[in-house]
Amino acid sequence: MATTVHEPPEAKPHPTLSDDGGWHDLTPSTGNLLAVDDSSPASRTGIWVALAAITMTFAAITSAMVVRQGASLDWRHFTLPPVLYLNTALLLASSVTLELARKGVASFSRGVQPGRSRPLGWLCVTLGLGLLFVGGQYTAWLQLKAEGWYLATNPSSSFFYLFTAMHGLHVLGGLVGLTMVIWRFSRPVSTLRLSTLSTVSYYWHFMDVLWIYLLLLLWTRI
Amino acid sequence: MHDMSGQAVHHHAPPTGFIRKYIFSLDHKVIGEQYYALALVAVYIGLVLSWIMRIHLAWPNYAIPGVRFLSKTGAPGGILTPEYYLQLMTMHGTIMVFFVLTTAPFAGFGNFFLPIQVGAEDMPFPRINMTSFWVTFVAFVVAVSSFFVPQGPPLSGWTAYAPLSALGQIAGPGQGTGQVLWAIAIAIFCVGQLLGSLNFISTTLDMRCKGMSLLRLPLTVWAWFITSCIGLTAFAVLMPACILLVLDHVAGTSFFIPSGLVVNDQLQTHSGGSTLLWQHLFWFFGHPEVYIAIVPAMGVVSHVLITNMRRPLLSARVIIYSMASIAFLSYMVYGHHMFVSGMNPFSAIAFSFPTLAITIPATIIVLIWIGSLYGSKLRINTASLFALGFISMFVSGGISGFFLAQPSLDVMLHATYFVVGHFHLVMAVAALFGIFAGTYFWFPKVTGSMMNETLGKIHFWVTFVGSYCIFMPFHYLGMAGNVRRYETFVDDFMAPLMPVHKFITIAALITGVAQLTFLYNLVQSRFWGKRAPQNPWEGTSLEWSIPSPPPFDNFGGKIPVVYHDPYQYGVEGAANDYVMQDSSEQINSAHDEK
Amino acid sequence: MAKLFAVTIFVIAIASAIPIVLNIWGLPVDISTHGPLIDEQMSETMVEAGICFLAAQLALGFFIWRFSNRPKGEKIKLFPGGARSLVLAAVIVVGIEVMALGIFGTRAWASIYFTPASANAMPVQVQAGQFAFYFRYPGPDGKFGPIHPELINEATENFFGLDTTHDQDSRDDIVTAELAIPVNREIHLLMHSKDVGHSFFVRELRIQQDFVPGLDLSVHFTPTKIGRYEIVCTQLCGLGHYNMKAYLEVKSQEDFDKWLKQQAALQ
Repeated sequence: MATTVHEPPEAKPHPTLSDDGGWHDLTPSTGNLLAVDDSSPASRTGIWVALAAITMTFAAITSAMVVRQGASLDWRHFTLPPVLYLNTALLLASSVTLELARKGVASFSRGVQPGRSRPLGWLCVTLGLGLLFVGGQYTAWLQLKAEGWYLATNPSSSFFYLFTAMHGLHVLGGLVGLTMVIWRFSRPVSTLRLSTLSTVSYYWHFMDVLWIYLLLLLWTRI
Repeated sequence: MHDMSGQAVHHHAPPTGFIRKYIFSLDHKVIGEQYYALALVAVYIGLVLSWIMRIHLAWPNYAIPGVRFLSKTGAPGGILTPEYYLQLMTMHGTIMVFFVLTTAPFAGFGNFFLPIQVGAEDMPFPRINMTSFWVTFVAFVVAVSSFFVPQGPPLSGWTAYAPLSALGQIAGPGQGTGQVLWAIAIAIFCVGQLLGSLNFISTTLDMRCKGMSLLRLPLTVWAWFITSCIGLTAFAVLMPACILLVLDHVAGTSFFIPSGLVVNDQLQTHSGGSTLLWQHLFWFFGHPEVYIAIVPAMGVVSHVLITNMRRPLLSARVIIYSMASIAFLSYMVYGHHMFVSGMNPFSAIAFSFPTLAITIPATIIVLIWIGSLYGSKLRINTASLFALGFISMFVSGGISGFFLAQPSLDVMLHATYFVVGHFHLVMAVAALFGIFAGTYFWFPKVTGSMMNETLGKIHFWVTFVGSYCIFMPFHYLGMAGNVRRYETFVDDFMAPLMPVHKFITIAALITGVAQLTFLYNLVQSRFWGKRAPQNPWEGTSLEWSIPSPPPFDNFGGKIPVVYHDPYQYGVEGAANDYVMQDSSEQINSAHDEK
Repeated sequence: MAKLFAVTIFVIAIASAIPIVLNIWGLPVDISTHGPLIDEQMSETMVEAGICFLAAQLALGFFIWRFSNRPKGEKIKLFPGGARSLVLAAVIVVGIEVMALGIFGTRAWASIYFTPASANAMPVQVQAGQFAFYFRYPGPDGKFGPIHPELINEATENFFGLDTTHDQDSRDDIVTAELAIPVNREIHLLMHSKDVGHSFFVRELRIQQDFVPGLDLSVHFTPTKIGRYEIVCTQLCGLGHYNMKAYLEVKSQEDFDKWLKQQAALQ
């Protein structure tokens, strides 16, 4: 009968970190971000899981739209408010500025770049562009309303409002995340973890991708 | 995938203060107990609802004591109105499926034991975990609140088919506010479950201790992991469906309501919607949902059986692959709920074959269990009795599926008591047996006290025999043509079947009372039970290597290392007939997973 | 206790099988031409399901009996063939069995749904609404007049919303509360719903089909026995669902013609 002998485990000490009861992030008391084990594969898994769920939700609404469009002859097309294209540009730009910010934060954490103001600036621009996007979407709604297209006017407008509202709500969530990132990064001693920034960035870029998909869907079908 | 030891996310001091410890707790163990407590409250509500329904079915003119306090208009003088029967039936299904079967085996046991069994101190996102429980709690409150609005809860069944569910109050009592509250509650529930799945998946993939490869995970962990993957897609589809339903109610949209409907002589202004769209969206969620209800119980049963057979299953890997196949196939079969719905008859055949095919992995799992009993050293205690009882129930309920999977037979059996018998046995009773098995098995670990074995065995016997007495006759009723969702039977056709209904009701009431012994046992043992040893069942997985109850950080700061798979029983040459997973003792490598 | 449990499983398994074997609560009598295929499929499935059920429960009970309370020194034994033999058994025996059931069952399904109604099938329309079924015969002109939902009125008994003033075809339509049909004649039943989802189920006729609001559906069948049978609604439609029924009267051609004339006079 074969036997297996296993090596005794190596003692791997946990990095010691100060803490305050679990409600706030772990902050190295020295403020030295380099000391933090920041790889956090769990947050990467977590964000992909979340994005999968969001994808399924929009897939369900898409299939509802396809079925509804085919179910009856009452679908009336309308032109998408042109401000949507401006909003798209704003959102895409915000992804670019977010990536610029990320590079800056990464160099700051590695100790390469001493100043925080540049990346912080890009983060704020991202937040601003995101807010402008949401405002722009609201403007699109107002424009449609002015032309007489309300939520229940026609299935086409129903889906338009539903898609843009759902996407907009998720963007607002992303804005909350961005705000948290900015707040942590701008504290006297930064408490922002790179994994948190990664997570928020993945989410934000996904909002872009999702919006492009929705824009194409609405442009071809509405 | 990653194998993180020393994942430095959660070194925190023990929580202090009542609120932090018991109410808004970040500890996965407390969250698991909160979910279980929620399910416990929900199951007794659901049970009482079923008593009222069964008494009314057997004795329609009997004034049921206490019911007139539930609703002034629903049960004048204690006799249910037709609509109130349907309303109670709707809430029975809703509460049981969502707040018991999805909550207890998955969120309840899973939250408590998943991190421990993978060797982690907690889940990676404790705040999201806490949020998931409280969101689920809010969903429960909203759902139950429908009892207290003027017209009461919806009457459209837990399946809420459109347009009955979408037209609003004009379609029937409870279809206004009640239905909207229902839809909002379910949408909130979906969000809670999605948040939970996030933690389960991340914990399983990224928080395993050193040595814990994926194939060395206990079968319970695999079951919870597979269930979370199913939940991710299923709940994410039900949520927008509920939003669409609410919009049809409050915003005047017509997602599910076609044109030309005349209700109460009034032509409805809605137009163009698709009734079948609701069914497709609902069942795309609904069928995977039943596997969400049963797969965790399969994991628990495997785990409890192995410990009580003192030998591993013939192949854990086969069980894992089979559970995964069931999850995969579960998306292709949902149309079997819609065979006679008016969808394309060719698609009925397309849905029928995967439905029949899903029999195969389910059979494999049952045969592996039964085959593992052969040559084992089976120990009989309440937990193992319920685990073995699960096999019997699952076989009985599953085999009636052979009939329902075939569209030609569904012509005769759809919407009859045959279907009701099938899903109660295979999902409700079987999953409950899994929950009971897990409770009796893990209660010592969670509370530090043993449950009373005598009471447990009484609970088991009455529940096992009683459940068969209740639900086996449902199949005969269905074959004979007894239609479901009828509040009473008003014709000569049904008259010969009434004695069967009376028998079922009496069995239901007796079985129901036995569930009170379980509740008593839980409470009595929790506070006055015998002190439990650390490893009362001589189990090998990681939960048995820590104190009962576990310290707040599970392993007292010392993350374990595991050396082999969790089911090393009957190892020759070992000191006991088992080797703990975190022991470096020599084992029989033929059984080991790398 | 293990042995008691095993015996209980045996008893429950056998007791469950008895009503089936003795056909105590069997399917109602079949009165349709496609019914025998369904009934045959049902019997075959019952035999195979019954064998699987009894085999599994008895094996479970037997192993519980045999392998509990074993003496301490006994060794753990492996099931002959291990996991592999059981997987093969499941895939080959059960897999082939259920696939065969599925393939053969397609015939029964096809006989109802894959063939259209023949050209000389007698058309009858049925409308389901909360909480009654109403039927319409096209009358001598063989045509159904158009339905105007806005004209539907329970009080004046204009159940189908017909406009006999303006629609020529509606004038000879015959609306009834009972579905009478001649025996041995193929019937083409045109179905639509007035309000919510309903379903048309006649057990003896081996026909069950949902009414889907917004869709015009149909089924066709040929009744083979004269008699009076229940039509019940099987799709939850509201508080009156339990009481929503009508009657199917299968008559001889002669009796049917007489009945139809009487109904026409009552319009």
